[in-house]
Amino acid sequence: MAELVLQNVSKRFGGLLAVNKLDLEVPAGRILSLIGPNGAGKTTVFNMITGVYPPSSGTIRYKGHQLNHLRSNRIIAQGIARTFQNIRLFKSMTVLENVQVGLHCRTKSGAVRALLKTPFENREETEIIAKSLKLLEFMGLIEHRNDYASNLPYGEQRRLEIARALATQPDILLLDEPAAGMNPRETADLMDLILKLRDTGLTIFLVEHDMKLVMGISEIVTVLDYGQKIAEGTPREIQQNEKVIEAYLGTAAKAPN
Amino acid sequence: MVRQELQKLAVYAFFLAILLIPMLGFRSASFEPDRALKIWGVFVGILILNFIVKAVRGGRAAVEAHKEPWTERTRERISRIPRLYTIGGLALLAAVYPLMANNYMIDVGITCLIYVSLGLGLNIVVGLCGLLDLGYIAFYAVGAYTYSLLNLTFGVSFWAALPMGVVLGMVCGCIIGYPTLKMRGDYLAIVTLGFGEIVRLVLNNWDSLTAGPNGLFGMKRPTLYYPSFADGGFSWVAYYLKSLPALYYLILIIVVLTIVGVRRLDNSRIGRAWIAIREDETAAELSGVPTTWNKLLAYALGAAFASVAGAFFAAKLSYTNPNFFLFMESCIVLCIVVLGGVGSIPGIVVAGFVLIAVPEIFRGLENYRMLAFGAIMTIMMVVKPEGLIPASRRKRELHATDPHPHEESDGRDR
Repeated sequence: MAELVLQNVSKRFGGLLAVNKLDLEVPAGRILSLIGPNGAGKTTVFNMITGVYPPSSGTIRYKGHQLNHLRSNRIIAQGIARTFQNIRLFKSMTVLENVQVGLHCRTKSGAVRALLKTPFENREETEIIAKSLKLLEFMGLIEHRNDYASNLPYGEQRRLEIARALATQPDILLLDEPAAGMNPRETADLMDLILKLRDTGLTIFLVEHDMKLVMGISEIVTVLDYGQKIAEGTPREIQQNEKVIEAYLGTAAKAPN
Repeated sequence: MVRQELQKLAVYAFFLAILLIPMLGFRSASFEPDRALKIWGVFVGILILNFIVKAVRGGRAAVEAHKEPWTERTRERISRIPRLYTIGGLALLAAVYPLMANNYMIDVGITCLIYVSLGLGLNIVVGLCGLLDLGYIAFYAVGAYTYSLLNLTFGVSFWAALPMGVVLGMVCGCIIGYPTLKMRGDYLAIVTLGFGEIVRLVLNNWDSLTAGPNGLFGMKRPTLYYPSFADGGFSWVAYYLKSLPALYYLILIIVVLTIVGVRRLDNSRIGRAWIAIREDETAAELSGVPTTWNKLLAYALGAAFASVAGAFFAAKLSYTNPNFFLFMESCIVLCIVVLGGVGSIPGIVVAGFVLIAVPEIFRGLENYRMLAFGAIMTIMMVVKPEGLIPASRRKRELHATDPHPHEESDGRDR
């Protein structure tokens, strides 16, 4: 069963057609990758799914609900989480607090409860801390819980972003170039992590340039070029697809006879 | 490095001298440079002291200006003193202050406390949520006028008017908040500045309601009721809090409650959402935080605290007029927040006293005070941009199952 479905989705920025009539299905429990040359519209797809801006036309459905004009925070609450291409952590907050923010949409205590420190608020805070610590433990960040996010090394900042996204308790996780700037060791760790997450039942939707990562773990690969889907299939099929090779490497010049 | 610092020092000293030119006192009869020279001397002294500190500390200071080791050390030393002692000591000092001070000093103390509570309220909007608000004093005016009008027209008591003022303040907070939800930075500052002025102008010109520039007077003081058994019967006797010490204790209680409230908010789910919005609004929204709602909430709660302070102010003076709510006041409150350290409660308390009490001490300098004020702010921004007592986030021990045991001893200093 497909969880996230994009039907005929287009996005136009002024004269630029960033995404052109894209049809896409993200089946539950799978790892799906979206690849394509720079400027192909991959991040635009993520931004439309998470409500950063609405699509110009077409529909985006998640578990049957239309997402088109929902505010981002509502979409996140529906069970879609994402990370960012360039890390966007809350820098002056501690690692633990970053994760706690992720739990915002799963908790209820408001300002009045906080002011009065009601038993409900106390209980919920305890629960938030416990859940966050568990998540940090899972992500191997527990030692850093009291460090400021800005003081983490690069690779751990990436992990923290994933931890924060996981804290929203998603069913589907959108990762926007998670391996960017990572060394091979870190990328290998990331691969293990993604597989581990998939095994917990999470659906992974990946935008990535690192082909080793993409081809290593994806079950389905979709290729975008100039906003259009040019190929879809297993990693093996994609690697042999003429159109894909052309998009990445250009047409082979005809040798003069 | 030393040369660089010396150059900086020379530049600051030069600009200070220029800033102080108007203070030389070009009067028809006399030329009095000594006063300006004294002030200049003090500031240059501070600069030189800072230079020496930096020189001793070596080159690292220039690179890592935001992680000053000596502040860290002081912080650590302070955190080693049991919190109960520090807080108890401060509370004791605050409590016995009126017994040792004369009326003028108590009055200054009250003013300081009013500004501290304003600073704490604005801290929610600017410090936690990161929304630059230059018209904050408008909510203070709303509180003051709500109490004045309710008391004068309907005879509503201070305590009954307080919640009404809070509600009205919150409504006004939302009114200014709503149209500015999509604005950030400079644009937001301009709109809030405009709002502050609009409120003042309305108060100034709506003669039939607010008596215009003449202001309102004759409001009753806050009352306490105590039981009386005189004449064999039982009755409640009203006691008007007229004396300065009584008013002092009232505002002290308000400030303590404000501190507790802001602190609780800061460490709550809502507080974290605010800070997330301040740090990166898009990322906050995409982490599931409803940014619109939380920003409105920040405006509303900030306004509520200002409104309480305003009602107290009107009740204390038993008089209010629109000129108490000039743009300048908004600036001072903002300066308190910035000087103290954005988001830092102890910083704001200290800054409130520094910025309100110190000008009182320099009262002889009259209007030039503002100039010195500006100079202090400029120097602060250069030397210590994170404020007197930088905000720090709470640290957590691993045992999350019990929320309380480490609260008092885990070394967090706010």
